[in-house]
Amino acid sequence: MADHVRVSGSLRNRLTVTLIGGAAVLAVLLFFVVRSYAAQIAQQGQDSILGASVTSILDAASLRDGQIEVDFPYASFSMLGTAADDRIFYAIYQDDVLLSGYDGLPADGNDPNGESKYRTVDFQGTDVRLAASSRMMVGADFRAQLTVSVAQTQDSLSVTLNQISRNVAIFGAGFFGLVVLLAFWATSTAIGPLARLTTSITRRGPQDLRPVASPVPSEMVPLVTSLNSFMSRLDQSLGRSEDFIAEAAHRVRTPLATLRSHAEATLQRVDREENRQAMRSMIRAIDESSRAAGQLLDHAMITFRADHLDRQALDLVDLVQDLAVRLAPIADMRDVDLLVDAPVSVPVTGDAILLQNAIRNIVDNALKYAPAESAVHIGVTNGAAASVTVRDEGPGFPVDEMSGLSTRFARGSNAEGIIGSGLGLTIAKDVAVAHGGDLTLDNHSKGGACVTFSF
Amino acid sequence: MKFLLIEDNYDLAQAICARLQLDGHVIDHAGTIEDGNGFSDSGDYDLILLDVMLPDGDGRDFLRRHRSSRRTTPVIVLTARSQVSDRISLLDLGADDYVTKPFDHAELEARCRAVLRRNAGTAQTLTRMGDVTFDPVAGVLTVGAASVSLRNKELRLLEVLFNAPGQIFPKQKLVDRLFSYDDDVSENAIEVYIGRLRKHLEGSQLQISTHRGLGYRLDHG
Repeated sequence: MADHVRVSGSLRNRLTVTLIGGAAVLAVLLFFVVRSYAAQIAQQGQDSILGASVTSILDAASLRDGQIEVDFPYASFSMLGTAADDRIFYAIYQDDVLLSGYDGLPADGNDPNGESKYRTVDFQGTDVRLAASSRMMVGADFRAQLTVSVAQTQDSLSVTLNQISRNVAIFGAGFFGLVVLLAFWATSTAIGPLARLTTSITRRGPQDLRPVASPVPSEMVPLVTSLNSFMSRLDQSLGRSEDFIAEAAHRVRTPLATLRSHAEATLQRVDREENRQAMRSMIRAIDESSRAAGQLLDHAMITFRADHLDRQALDLVDLVQDLAVRLAPIADMRDVDLLVDAPVSVPVTGDAILLQNAIRNIVDNALKYAPAESAVHIGVTNGAAASVTVRDEGPGFPVDEMSGLSTRFARGSNAEGIIGSGLGLTIAKDVAVAHGGDLTLDNHSKGGACVTFSF
Repeated sequence: MKFLLIEDNYDLAQAICARLQLDGHVIDHAGTIEDGNGFSDSGDYDLILLDVMLPDGDGRDFLRRHRSSRRTTPVIVLTARSQVSDRISLLDLGADDYVTKPFDHAELEARCRAVLRRNAGTAQTLTRMGDVTFDPVAGVLTVGAASVSLRNKELRLLEVLFNAPGQIFPKQKLVDRLFSYDDDVSENAIEVYIGRLRKHLEGSQLQISTHRGLGYRLDHG
């Protein structure tokens, strides 16, 4: 069936890919946000130490005899000590004149708010973080601006940052992995009801057109509602056609039955041979037409059912024995013995109605061609594959026509004068094939036809 | 034997009645389930022939009532439905057998006999003539103390003759009663069965006489 359905993607894949893709974007975003936030915090840490260092130097500056004196407190550099042996640079300017420290270290003082300025600058080919601050030194007749810059390389900071990045990356990947698992779980939970609905409908027998009763999620309600209404329409239409076939059969067969019964009764009363001959032909024609009508309807039903086998576990021996009981009066009528040779039980799986019909057709055939006071043997075997063999003691199949006899409307050349539609073996063969088996025709070595229905 | 036929098609019912009466049976006909219930409540029937589709309901309704009132009279359903569809449900409901319309009278007869045999004891079918007892249901012929089982064609032939002793039956009529219409049988085939019956009746007070150009007759004494 899936061959005929055009597939456009998969809900499961679409949902999974969307969820995983979203998770990937979120994980990358998380990585960058956390890292930049961490970098900012780390930078603020370094900045405040640099600022404190600058302030401590400025605080240590004093004016003595019109000269500026700076006595570096020990802590002003030791507080900058790091694990990564970062280098520290400083410069002290008095009104743009370098008093002490590294020449070339930028020394522009406070920002407009009077706070220290922090920035990253390139110094001697290395990125350094620099804090600078100025203070006015005012004496009796002295007025000078003292600017102190302290800079530090950022090796330790970048080590810390790398560490943080790695940790954030690990967390991000873990988060992503977790979301992937959740995505699969969520997808299968979401798809679950759909799969369950599919299973419950697939498992149904061909005749089961009841509405879906098990609860479904609200999003599936429209689908299930239209499915239910479709099934009820199908049920109605199947019911109508079944009723129609039954009604048609009734309408055709009842008058035929009247005709046949009258013809038979009349045949008993009339004496002139030509009238009797006419009555006999009439009865033959009635039998011919009613049999053909019945077989055609059967064949139609079997073709329909073969596509939707109603498989059940059943006992082939029971089935054959029931059939033998049903057919016994007909065998008796022809003085034919119907003999069943079967083991205790042969379990098979199949459509009981079809199997019954098929085997009935085979036995019917055998009874038709069996000469009076002979026997028809029905054998059931339970070998590698179960099989039913029906053997009669009649004329057998014409050898050169054997292969064509189970095709529609084909009848053996020696079947003339015997009423039949040519559909019996076709029906049996169709049923056998639908059950994965076959129907083989053969002539028995002691004479008589032998038909084997195997599973 | 006494039959009840429940069939709404008047023509068909007439034909079936005529055919059964020809064999010496007594038959009542009901056209509806209601009438059928009335007949089956008041009469004592050996066998009921029941149509499935009736004007006042489904033959199944009759079957259900019939079985729930614990009647044992066997029921054979006459169905016009297609070969398989609902036969099984008919049997489940307690029908003893079914025939599909249009049916061969010989088949109906054979099925009646089979059903009666299964319900042995309900029908009194023994016919006695002289020192010969004939049970057409069991198919047993008893001459003095010796009993033989008859094959179906012998049985049917003897039944025809037993129903009308002293009447001459032409060969062709007997052929038509015994063989299905698709068999190509010569009139001489009947001689085989007449021969067998004569052998079975040997030493009894009954004999089958040949009337050249006319047929056969069962004579008593």
